[in-house]
Amino acid sequence: MGSLEVRGLTRAPWWRDLDLALKEGEIAVLRGPSGSGKTLLLRALADLDPVDAGEVSLDGRAREATPPPMWRRAVRYAQQGAPCLPGTVEENVAAIATLLNVSPTPVPALDPRADASRLSGGEAQRLALHRALLGAPRVLLLDEVTAALDRPAAEEAEAQVLAFAREGGSVLWVSHDAGLAERLGAREVSL
Amino acid sequence: MIAIVQLTLTDLGLAALLVLANAVVDLILRLGLGRRLLLAAVRAAVQLALLGWVLGLVFETEGPGAVLLVTLVMATVAGIEAVRRGSRRVPGVFAASVGVMLVSSFAVTSYGLLVVLDIPGPWYTPQYAVPLLGMVLGNALNGISLGLDAALEGFDEDRARVELLLAHGATRRQAAAPILRRAARRGMIPILNAMIAVGVISVPGMMTGQLLAGADPGTAARYQLFILFAIAGGVALGTIGVVLAAERLVFDERDRLRVDRIRRVDP
Repeated sequence: MGSLEVRGLTRAPWWRDLDLALKEGEIAVLRGPSGSGKTLLLRALADLDPVDAGEVSLDGRAREATPPPMWRRAVRYAQQGAPCLPGTVEENVAAIATLLNVSPTPVPALDPRADASRLSGGEAQRLALHRALLGAPRVLLLDEVTAALDRPAAEEAEAQVLAFAREGGSVLWVSHDAGLAERLGAREVSL
Repeated sequence: MIAIVQLTLTDLGLAALLVLANAVVDLILRLGLGRRLLLAAVRAAVQLALLGWVLGLVFETEGPGAVLLVTLVMATVAGIEAVRRGSRRVPGVFAASVGVMLVSSFAVTSYGLLVVLDIPGPWYTPQYAVPLLGMVLGNALNGISLGLDAALEGFDEDRARVELLLAHGATRRQAAAPILRRAARRGMIPILNAMIAVGVISVPGMMTGQLLAGADPGTAARYQLFILFAIAGGVALGTIGVVLAAERLVFDERDRLRVDRIRRVDP
């Protein structure tokens, strides 16, 4: 129950016949050299990129049987580079909250009236993680979401992800941080 | 009122001196546009001579066949040209552009001929059908070209924002909406500007033609207004149609934004 299952996923030339299972509440850190297709895998799982073959399911329900917006609400992808929408931090959160039909909540340590296009890399990543957690997704696909954060801020983000997993959420986290899996008590998956 | 002055080839030669003067200025200032300017002038002369000849044949022919053929060719060429002017292509874009051009211009022209003008002859009366369709097409070409280019550019360059919305559960239309709105606005701006400037800054082409042909200025103004409204309708239909078509072409069946389908070209 409550798991993301991947069977025989292929996207040549990056990966072939990939199998992966993420149980409810499980965190896995995805590692691999640059260009090995880590981001592409997260994008494919979020149904933002096509694959050549293979099946993806959530709680035993095939992805193809789920309308794309419903799938992506459940299997949430936080992009590398943490892009923002035009407007303030508050407006960014409100736009996503409206999409998800939930109430917007303030982003800790960020000025809600700050222009999102002028945020630093680290601030944009805080906003991105906050947006990704809105509306209680089942799975989080995180693409280098703490790469620009300083140590204390990164620890806060890790604590948020751990809390998400404790409530039953599954996480697949792409990171070059060698100590991340150990700190989170997560298993490592290599590409 | 004096009779219309017939233009001889000598008169046209004198007019061509203006283009030659431009070419000389270009040479002196080394703008590098002289060759293109002369080629464009020759192309315009050949195309208008051909149009005059073809329309002469069409005007003498009875039945809708000739008018239909000419208008189909005009709409198809306009649809292709609208894509060729842009900086990006996507598979299926030529068919989409031609389709949108045909539907928008024929719909507006038919309404103009049959409802507004209620012309005394059949709908294919060349004297009305060909110039009206030509005016609508020429302007729809601009709107469609600008709107299409803005849409493809938006999807290509704003991919991260579109995918940010998609990744948080937006539908294809919700994620594409800001780009579609921007593209539709870009396509409509020239005709909006033309409507604002008409009669104050410019005396438009059709009114000029009617005045030269000896029409009463009031009638010429009313015709011009009718044409402007028809053009605005054609541009709006065409621009919105092509922008929505672009959206269909860059998303796949799972609402994934397929920027890999977009190819950049030199316009």
